[in-house]
Amino acid sequence: MPNVTYVEHNGTAHTIELMIGESIMRGAVDNEVPGIDADCGGACACATCHIYLDPPWLDLLGTPKFGSQEASMLNFAAVTQPNSRLSCQIKMTEVLDGLTVRMPEGQH
Amino acid sequence: MNAPVKLDLPLDVWSMPLDEIDVSDPQLYQDEAWHPYFERLRQQAPVHYCADSRYGPFWSVSRYRDIVECEVNHAVFSNAINGNQVEDQSLALPRPAFIRMDPPKHDEQRKVVAPIVAPANLHNMERLIRERTQQLLDALPRGEEFDWVEEVSIKLTTMMLATLFDFPFGDRALLTYWSDVAICNLNAPDAPVHSEAERFKELTKMADYMSRLFEERRKLPPKFDLLSMLAHGEATREMSLPEFIGNLGLLIVGGNDTTRNSMTGGLLALSRFPDEYRKLHANPALIESLVPEIVRYVTPVIHMRRTTLQATEIDGQPIPAGAKVVLWYVSANRDPDALAQPNCLIIDRKRPRQHASFGFSIHRCVGNRLAELQLRILWEEILLRFPMIEVVGGAQRIYSNFIQGFKSMPVRIPA
Repeated sequence: MPNVTYVEHNGTAHTIELMIGESIMRGAVDNEVPGIDADCGGACACATCHIYLDPPWLDLLGTPKFGSQEASMLNFAAVTQPNSRLSCQIKMTEVLDGLTVRMPEGQH
Repeated sequence: MNAPVKLDLPLDVWSMPLDEIDVSDPQLYQDEAWHPYFERLRQQAPVHYCADSRYGPFWSVSRYRDIVECEVNHAVFSNAINGNQVEDQSLALPRPAFIRMDPPKHDEQRKVVAPIVAPANLHNMERLIRERTQQLLDALPRGEEFDWVEEVSIKLTTMMLATLFDFPFGDRALLTYWSDVAICNLNAPDAPVHSEAERFKELTKMADYMSRLFEERRKLPPKFDLLSMLAHGEATREMSLPEFIGNLGLLIVGGNDTTRNSMTGGLLALSRFPDEYRKLHANPALIESLVPEIVRYVTPVIHMRRTTLQATEIDGQPIPAGAKVVLWYVSANRDPDALAQPNCLIIDRKRPRQHASFGFSIHRCVGNRLAELQLRILWEEILLRFPMIEVVGGAQRIYSNFIQGFKSMPVRIPA
């Protein structure tokens, strides 16, 4: 099964296997990986599943579509960077096998 | 001949005509009598039209999932028409604030204040919050009755607010007063003001006081308090007086009143579910899930209102343009389709933050993590010091359809 590595702000890494179609957020939450809070459960309504993508993955996935709900919500996440995404909006595919995401200092 | 006898028959919520249900009545919330109305609405009319109320006609959305959808769809469901409550904002004396705006202006103003509650800054505030909480709890009477609202909830949250604004500490009671003025229902007999004109007059005094501080902060280098942020933020430093009053009111109410009521309501909830309270004492690590569960159970903000910018539909129900749509957070938090055993306080609930109390989408409560931080510290320090606290009398609630507020709650901490 393809896997994702979640890196906490303090550097601790967790490698988790995800099913195709599962959101990156869900993979963290269901496996109790700290650092992704996902208060709203995946409705793109809280911005607490905020993550940073390393460059090759950012190139592959891109930034949120202009005017999308994800873009609106990311506006309000703390410490956003050009490589910020909301992990509930990224679904696992074969091509993302080995994806690394980094969590921010905190969600809010 | 017998004189006619007036019978005070209890209203049967389940048999009354559906279209006569009016959940905007503030008395329902003061009496905590709203539960069966929303149970019926969720089941029989999840998007319900009330043709005639003291606030005019309005639609009620009572299911969790529908409320999330409306809030995510902010392009259609606006915050900018007549305000964010079922009662329309006064046209003569408006108090614009970013909660009553849509993008882009909403976004510009929210972004100015959001940093004060960003994770790094919360970390900076923790020590001060804890010190104050410890001092306050250490001074509470033991073995005798006192009012939790006055002695704990109001005092702690007022101090927090004074810190957020870097407001003169000795005058901090003004913050509580202004919060009550901003939010009160003018028809409540014990309201601090009884007309919009009076309300505006008092809040103008607030604005005058704050303006002096604002001007001082403007001249100084920027620092990390709300007034300084407002004074230096590009989107806010040239605010008009009504906007200044509005945004301050928002920060004072949103940042204070609500947390205050969670501090009261949380203890009340635990006293109603003593097995859960015992569970908490046996395992203080449960504070982490206790806190969001308290916020869910209490639901400090009863509803939020939207106005449709175009004809639309909610869950198959057509809604015209210009409609007043009320999102009942209290109902969402008791929706069995969204939550297991929603009427029970379950302090180790899985996914405890999945609730409606902070709202959803772009207007979601900006201070939610600060509220949680204050509650977490309160309960940590309570558990370190006290046996189970007894609620010894009825908690008095305020007359309001917007805020679930407590006026008083007599408690006793065993010696």
